[in-house]
Amino acid sequence: MIELIGAEKTYPGGVRALRGVDLRVAAGELVAIVGPSGSGKSTMLHLIGTLDRPSAGTVRIAGHDVAGLDDAGLAELRARHIGFVFQSFHLSEHLSALGNVADGLLYAGVRRGERTRRAAEALRRVGLGHRLDHRPGQLSGGEKQRVAVARAIVGEPALLLADEPTGNLDSAAGAEVLAILRRLHGDGTTVAVITHDNEVAAAAPRRIRLRDGRIV
Amino acid sequence: MRLAASDVILVGVEGLRSRPARALLSALGVAIGIATMVAVVGISASSRADLLDQLDRLGTGLLRVAPGDTVFGGAARLPKTATRMVRAVEAVESVASTGLTGVPAYRTGHIPQARTAGLLVQAATADLLGTLKTPLRRGLWLNAATERQRAVVLGGLAAGRLGAGPGDQVWIGGQWWTVVGVLDNSTLAPEIDRSVLIGFPAAERYLAFDGHPTTIYTRAADEHVVGVRDVLARTVSPEHPEEVKVSRPSDALAARAAATDAFTGVLLGVGAVALLVGGVGVANTMVISVLERRREIGLRRALGATRGQVRTQFLTESLLLSCLGGAAGAGCGAAVTLGFAVWRDLHAVIPLWALGGGLAATLLVGAVAGIFPAMRAARLPPTLALATA
Ligand SMILES: Nc1ncnc2c1ncn2[C@@H]1O[C@H](COP(=O)(O)OP(=O)(O)O)[C@@H](O)[C@H]1O
Ligand SMILES: [Mg+2]
Repeated sequence: MIELIGAEKTYPGGVRALRGVDLRVAAGELVAIVGPSGSGKSTMLHLIGTLDRPSAGTVRIAGHDVAGLDDAGLAELRARHIGFVFQSFHLSEHLSALGNVADGLLYAGVRRGERTRRAAEALRRVGLGHRLDHRPGQLSGGEKQRVAVARAIVGEPALLLADEPTGNLDSAAGAEVLAILRRLHGDGTTVAVITHDNEVAAAAPRRIRLRDGRIV
Repeated sequence: MRLAASDVILVGVEGLRSRPARALLSALGVAIGIATMVAVVGISASSRADLLDQLDRLGTGLLRVAPGDTVFGGAARLPKTATRMVRAVEAVESVASTGLTGVPAYRTGHIPQARTAGLLVQAATADLLGTLKTPLRRGLWLNAATERQRAVVLGGLAAGRLGAGPGDQVWIGGQWWTVVGVLDNSTLAPEIDRSVLIGFPAAERYLAFDGHPTTIYTRAADEHVVGVRDVLARTVSPEHPEEVKVSRPSDALAARAAATDAFTGVLLGVGAVALLVGGVGVANTMVISVLERRREIGLRRALGATRGQVRTQFLTESLLLSCLGGAAGAGCGAAVTLGFAVWRDLHAVIPLWALGGGLAATLLVGAVAGIFPAMRAARLPPTLALATA
């Protein structure tokens, strides 16, 4: 599902965030990515999520070599195969939970009525069936992150990427979100989650430790 | 993967709805520009249509002959025979004349001499109304009998000033005269509006009028009018043609119709400047919007939006903004035109090209204002956009 071969990332200004990373993650795995701040975790997740291209090396996602795809091709890959969850939810304050989740299907070519129907279903799956019409401002942090998870999975992606999804949550809310991720993994979704939480990392079947842009 | 047009619009509307006050204010700028342009074109087209309509109705064949100045600087007089001479000119269809008596008219005998209300008591020949195409508003025009009696017909304005109508009495030259009729507006000869008209025989008999006409009106077929005009001065005063002034009253109307064009041009320029300022406002709003919404842009890219879709989204917002303003502006401009038309008693004319031009200008403003911010939004790397937490 994920294949990095000698992946490098050097940011403009000369920061070498990734230095030759080799990584294979098979379909259906759940991996925890850990490492100190600044070690290149987010950078690696961005490469995996095709939000950025490597400076050198190969990135292959769901069988597609990123180098061989143009902007539209990458966008389609993200729309159909990859779901993202971010530390700071990135929800629109002007839309209801349902509207926010439905936008997860906007670029996948799904019609409006169908988007809304599937969004309601995804919200029920994360236990928010009773909050469809609430706006983010009316939800707790844990509920917001669950809305963001629902948005990430509404298109039923094969790959779910989460960058410190529990970083802004208290432990109870964080545990709920992680339970949902684990359940998705149980349903067959490949999940890669960046975390600072040692307990979470310990509980994951596989850990990838980064330091100074290298896997250790 | 292309978005349905309805989704493109929906996302655009959503973007504007998130900051409604700002959207309305920047749309207002465009609205003011478009409203100005539509109103300017509408008002001038309405006035112009009305002037051309009047020209059509009144024709361009009327000529006005009046005495000028003598070579010695004194006031010239038209000979008593002038009217008859003009009637003999080939292609002349009708001739009428008026003669200033120099006597004021009053509503009663008790009004002080100074308050003459600017009304001219004039002798008039029977064919005056036909020549000027001035309709009678009420009562009767002078006939062979009443032009010898103390009977008057009031010009439209004179009737209002005197507050008199048919059957009323007015005080002229120390005697009571009876009003027999009131005229409508005399567009080609506004001096008639201010006149109190009596017959030539009555003027000579009761007011010691000398019988010299002071103005001759003559009408020729439109195509002959230039030829007639060229011979009129010599016909009226063979010895001193230079002391005769000949004019064509319809020229003033035509000039006014033409002047609306120049006026429209200037005001359209003002409207265009307003629109330009409105466009700058829209561009400014879009630039700020792109800066503020980097996270949203990054998120949309993560959800699978292509660069083109992000560009389209912001361009759509810009176009929606300007179209919102354009529609409101066109509505206001049309309303102003309608109000003006009602006020001035005209038919409101809003040319289709003005609305089409307004629409085109609106789209152009929206596109130009939106294209650069939209391109900037599309170029934002998704990671950078998401990093601004
Ligand atoms: N857009 C960027 N431009 C320049 N340097 C960056 C950028 N993003 C990250 N970096 C740098 O790359 C290194 C790795 O960052 P990151 O992948 O965010 O680490 P982590 O997520 O493990 O904290 C850091 O030194 C960071 O400062
Ligand atoms: Mg990070």
